Amino acid sequence: MLRFITSRFLQSLVALFLVISATFFMVRFVPGGPFTAEKAVTPEILRNLEAHYGLDKPLWRQYLDYLGSLAQGDLGPSFKYPNRTVNEILLDKLPVSAELGLLSLGVALVLGITLGTIAAVRRNSWADYMASSFGMIGISVPTFVVGPLLVLVAAIHLGWFNASGWYTPMDRVLPALVLGIAYAAPISRLTRGGMLEVLHQDFIRTARAKGASEFRVVTRHALRGGLLPVVSYLGPAVAGILTGSFVIETIFQIPGIGREFVNSAFNRDYTLVLGTVILYAVLIMALNLVVDVVQAWMNPKVRLDA
Amino acid sequence: MNAASSPNPPLDARATPLAEPLEKGNSLWHDAWLRLRKNKLAYFGLWTVGIITIACVVGPFLSPYGYEEQDLDLGAAGPNAKHWLGTDTLGRDLLVRLLFGGRVSLAVGLAATFVALTIGVVYGAVAGFFGGKRDAFMMRAVDIMYSLPFPIFVILLMVFFGRNIILLFVAIGAVEWLTMARIVRSQVMAVKKMEFIEAARSLGFGRRRIIFRHILPNILGPIIVYTTLTIPAVMLLEAFLSFLGLGVQPPMSSWGVLIKDGAEKMEEFWWLLVFPGFTFSLTLFSLNFLGDGLRDALDVRSSKD
Repeated sequence: MLRFITSRFLQSLVALFLVISATFFMVRFVPGGPFTAEKAVTPEILRNLEAHYGLDKPLWRQYLDYLGSLAQGDLGPSFKYPNRTVNEILLDKLPVSAELGLLSLGVALVLGITLGTIAAVRRNSWADYMASSFGMIGISVPTFVVGPLLVLVAAIHLGWFNASGWYTPMDRVLPALVLGIAYAAPISRLTRGGMLEVLHQDFIRTARAKGASEFRVVTRHALRGGLLPVVSYLGPAVAGILTGSFVIETIFQIPGIGREFVNSAFNRDYTLVLGTVILYAVLIMALNLVVDVVQAWMNPKVRLDA
Repeated sequence: MNAASSPNPPLDARATPLAEPLEKGNSLWHDAWLRLRKNKLAYFGLWTVGIITIACVVGPFLSPYGYEEQDLDLGAAGPNAKHWLGTDTLGRDLLVRLLFGGRVSLAVGLAATFVALTIGVVYGAVAGFFGGKRDAFMMRAVDIMYSLPFPIFVILLMVFFGRNIILLFVAIGAVEWLTMARIVRSQVMAVKKMEFIEAARSLGFGRRRIIFRHILPNILGPIIVYTTLTIPAVMLLEAFLSFLGLGVQPPMSSWGVLIKDGAEKMEEFWWLLVFPGFTFSLTLFSLNFLGDGLRDALDVRSSKD
């Protein structure tokens, strides 16, 4: 197990290094710099600005400098927000996005697993068809259609929620629901498939024969095996929720990292772009690692030598 | 057999004995077609996609309005006899913009899928055919790329290199090939051990000929199924980018652009969001059902879920 974790960890480090390097050079080789938008910058001031941020040094030097300070956890100063470091900006926005992500993941798991389990247990009943249709609708109707429609109905016409903002607990409901439903759909389909396979197996018959109630059979015996496909889907799901929050944060005007990222790319705020990409990459890889370990723990059949 | 109406028919439906006697010489593809027709939802999806595509291609020619033709005096009007789906705030006819946008969305979907298909099939076939260390290295690279935040790179590309539509589908295609490569690899590995490949080898055919002339035609089923399922994924990504203002740019139209516009103005002009949102969702819905139906009809083991 330890060997498995170490090898996955090293693999993630390699990938992370690739991400950082690719982003660093991609950002530098594009037309336009962070100060081109500013009007009336004299060549002198521009030189000073570039010297201040170390942009006058050769590229390889900048790259090594960046890696050096990154190793100490310093993501550098922001180019567009004077006097603020990227670390500060990200720390400021991270809690908002993390809260949105966790709430959405909660909605996705609870809704998806419940629906999928009901569909599998009551196979070919109306409940199954309802759950399956929900799955297909959730997969086909994108968040940026569901989101605005829900706002139109629940916020503007019925007045139950605010159409945008991130102040009261009620403001969390619509964004988390919209993002969560999108991932509840595939989770319900995976749960249904996994549960159908498990429910046919002998140990389930044994549990039933021993007189365990149907509820207990499903929740205690079948779910652990039936949820395996869901666990392997969690890595992509979490990555999707992270990037999906770009859209949700735009629709609901939530001050999170997703909106900040899109803005920073438009502003060519090199360090902020890099910092955000690194943060996303670290998050996604760490979560993938956790998922791999959980999967190995849940299913001894998953080979650990990878 | 009535299970055909569910998106996930039970296993026994896949082994449907065919009604026709064998003397009629049904080909594999003919059998698949018969099975597909029995699956009501997939058949519905096929028709819907067909009708929407034809409407998008032909429709704009039949309309008296142009997709960027403004009527500022009229402004935003609800659906009426002259403008069936209403007009937007610049007085542009929504129906014609919807159909024209459909062309763009479908074209991006097809082109980007073609890019993904080409990269994925070649990569997967090479890895699967050669096996061994080369395969291990190639697939480990795919594993690593799977864990990268690709949509973020697509966003960066679109921001930095201008919102160029060619770049858009190349970038999307470059993101979506990974799963295709995995599927093709596992199929190639299964097929390459079969006897007819051995026969081709002993006839002295080159590797390239064996891969492209002998192996690939035999794994066409899974490739077709996964291609059908990639198209909606790609269209979704295009609309996602356009929604963020990074994809297709107005006054050009695409379903993503229209939904973005509709979401901004829905408070007063609901039709601007509802019609594009419905059309887009219906198309994705149909393509997904068609892909699922094809998977069952071609008897491809569920490799995606």
